[in-house]
Amino acid sequence: MSHDLLSVGDLGADGIDEVLQLTDSFVEVSERAIPKVPALRGKTVAWLFYEDSTRTRLSFETAARRLSADVMNFSVASSSVKKGESLRDTVQTIEAMGVDAIVVRHRSAGAPWQVAKWADASVVNAGDGWHEHPTQALLDCYTIRQHLGSCEGRHVAIVGDVKHSRVARSDVLAFTAMGAEVTIVGPPTLLPPSLEGWPVAVSHDLDSVLPKVDIVYLLRMQRERMASGLIPSLREYTARYGLTRRRVDRLGEDALVMHPGPMNRGVEIAADVADLPRSVIVDQVRNGVAVRMAVLYLLLGAGSDKVLTGVEGAS
Amino acid sequence: MSGFVIRGGTVVDATGTRRGDVAVDDDGTIAAVGEGLEGGDVVDASGCVVAPGLVDLHAHLREPGREEAETVETGSRAAALGGFTAVVAMPNTSPAIDCASVVREVLDLGRSAPCDVHSSGAITVGRAGEQLTPMAEMAELGVRLFTDDGDGVQDAGLMRRALEYASGLPVPVTLAQHCEVAALAAGGHMHEGEWSSRLGIPGQPAESEELMVARDIVLSRLTGMRVHFQHLSTGVSVDLVREAKRRGLAVTAEATTHHFTLTDAEVASYDPLYKVNPPLRPDADVAAVRAGLADGAVDAIATDHAPHTQEAKEQAFDEAPPGMLGLETALALALTELDLPIEQVLALLSWQPAAIAGLSDQHGGPVAVGRPANLCVVDPTETWTVEPTASASRSRNNPYAGRTLTGRVRHTFLFGEPVVLEGDAQR
Repeated sequence: MSHDLLSVGDLGADGIDEVLQLTDSFVEVSERAIPKVPALRGKTVAWLFYEDSTRTRLSFETAARRLSADVMNFSVASSSVKKGESLRDTVQTIEAMGVDAIVVRHRSAGAPWQVAKWADASVVNAGDGWHEHPTQALLDCYTIRQHLGSCEGRHVAIVGDVKHSRVARSDVLAFTAMGAEVTIVGPPTLLPPSLEGWPVAVSHDLDSVLPKVDIVYLLRMQRERMASGLIPSLREYTARYGLTRRRVDRLGEDALVMHPGPMNRGVEIAADVADLPRSVIVDQVRNGVAVRMAVLYLLLGAGSDKVLTGVEGAS
Repeated sequence: MSGFVIRGGTVVDATGTRRGDVAVDDDGTIAAVGEGLEGGDVVDASGCVVAPGLVDLHAHLREPGREEAETVETGSRAAALGGFTAVVAMPNTSPAIDCASVVREVLDLGRSAPCDVHSSGAITVGRAGEQLTPMAEMAELGVRLFTDDGDGVQDAGLMRRALEYASGLPVPVTLAQHCEVAALAAGGHMHEGEWSSRLGIPGQPAESEELMVARDIVLSRLTGMRVHFQHLSTGVSVDLVREAKRRGLAVTAEATTHHFTLTDAEVASYDPLYKVNPPLRPDADVAAVRAGLADGAVDAIATDHAPHTQEAKEQAFDEAPPGMLGLETALALALTELDLPIEQVLALLSWQPAAIAGLSDQHGGPVAVGRPANLCVVDPTETWTVEPTASASRSRNNPYAGRTLTGRVRHTFLFGEPVVLEGDAQR
């Protein structure tokens, strides 16, 4: 892996594969009675979160702690940013404290690229606006590999609000890099204005897509979309694009149901569908920790050219 | 006659091109034009084009209110270095230029500037799009161009009344429009299309500009008033204006240097340096803007010089303000990027915008005896590399850093005063 993880597309098939293979070992670590290794002892990982995030932050934090890294939290309340220092000044402040990696979540697309420009530390994109969420895509690939052997030749339907989804953008890049076929499904108002250059098929008819896919990947449907007139109502959205029990019957026998969380039960996914054995949503969360351990390890661990900022303990 | 002689150049103005020296009198007017002129000091112009000074219809000088980004003085110096002898300052200052007192302040600041500073006036109070400004009292102070630039006048009824009201003023004025339908553009930080979709940056569609261009063309027909379209950036906008002109409507248009030079692909860097409004567009639009400049659909090249501090541009892309510098690079970009003869480039940068701004009595030539010596001397073959830190502007948001351009301003004369000599500002 190179110095930063900004776009999952930068990894390519080989890079993704490297992460997935290493994830196997960290899944094993996570299953131990004491799920902790000293691999990153003496390294410091900082969270720079410009947007509320509980799940991703906890997952990264757990990953870092299981690798024995020190963690530092720099959460910027969404309201106080504009009157405060520039992004560059914030980055330099964090760097001055001596960190090896900065995990960035920002509500603006591209912010991690700017952070990487100004920081010497490794930068991990933990979600930037509508743009990308690389570690989510990696854990999705891992989960598919875990259940179906590999992504190669699989057909994934990504359903819902693709336009505003960083998960969808990263998943499209990762799934197609790994040899999967992707169909995005949703009302035209929730698809990107242009799909020029996207290696995907497009459908507005979920029912006709379901029998053909190995994975149905549901995106979170946010209530704001209704207020801004992109859909008439959640009820109509659910009627056309919700994964109801009836629709599950159209899926192939081994087809998986995935969701990046948090779910709106009863909107994009029916409550009972979320709990079916074919739904691997909890596995996604579990694998998230191991995948993020792999990413941090590849960026900061053995083979990294980073200078230690602290005293390296004996492992 | 004492004064000085600009010797050895080729004079280019609206009347044509000819070899000639230009003698400038002590009173700042042109005393003689012709070959082999003698007398006074000599300013070398060999190998250069001597032309009427350039006129920018669209500069943000930021004063009053945002002096940390630019002042009338620093912006004017950048203008003079770029060969401009007149600029029209946009009204989106703080407070907005929407009444006589603010116009007076800007004009006062401009009195000692190395460039002739003209103030625009807002169409609506506070540029809020609700109530007409006192256009007559501003026109009395010399304002000839009214615009809410930074925003378009959203209410078609209000825009109609603005045009009708302006038609009754004692002096001819022009209403200029920043074309952007807010309902379509809202929340968009770049051109909506292939790149915005890929980059995950909210976009604004070309149609948000085009819809207002179309609206104001029909309002021009309705009211019989001239409308000037600012910073056109899309192919359809250019087509609409071309067609309106074909039908004999009194419309004019400008395009900026960046809209014929840069595309939205630059935004892939996520560098807010490339954030501007209207946004950078795809290749096809860039080509259409160039074609419009070539065939006369677009009358003027404007800079939309929009300084911003380093801090402001070191935010995330969607949080940074739009705008880029342009005064010092405009002529060179036009000469380098546009496949047009220098005569046509100068028409687009000097006498045509001078006419739109109502400044033809003093700016834009012709280079003739008795006219004010507002002149620029350009070496059309000199190449130079853009170095943002060398700018006279207070700001550094220059998207052309490191570019090599052909064509450089050697001297600029403002009412006979050499304000730039050999590329150096004299004050």
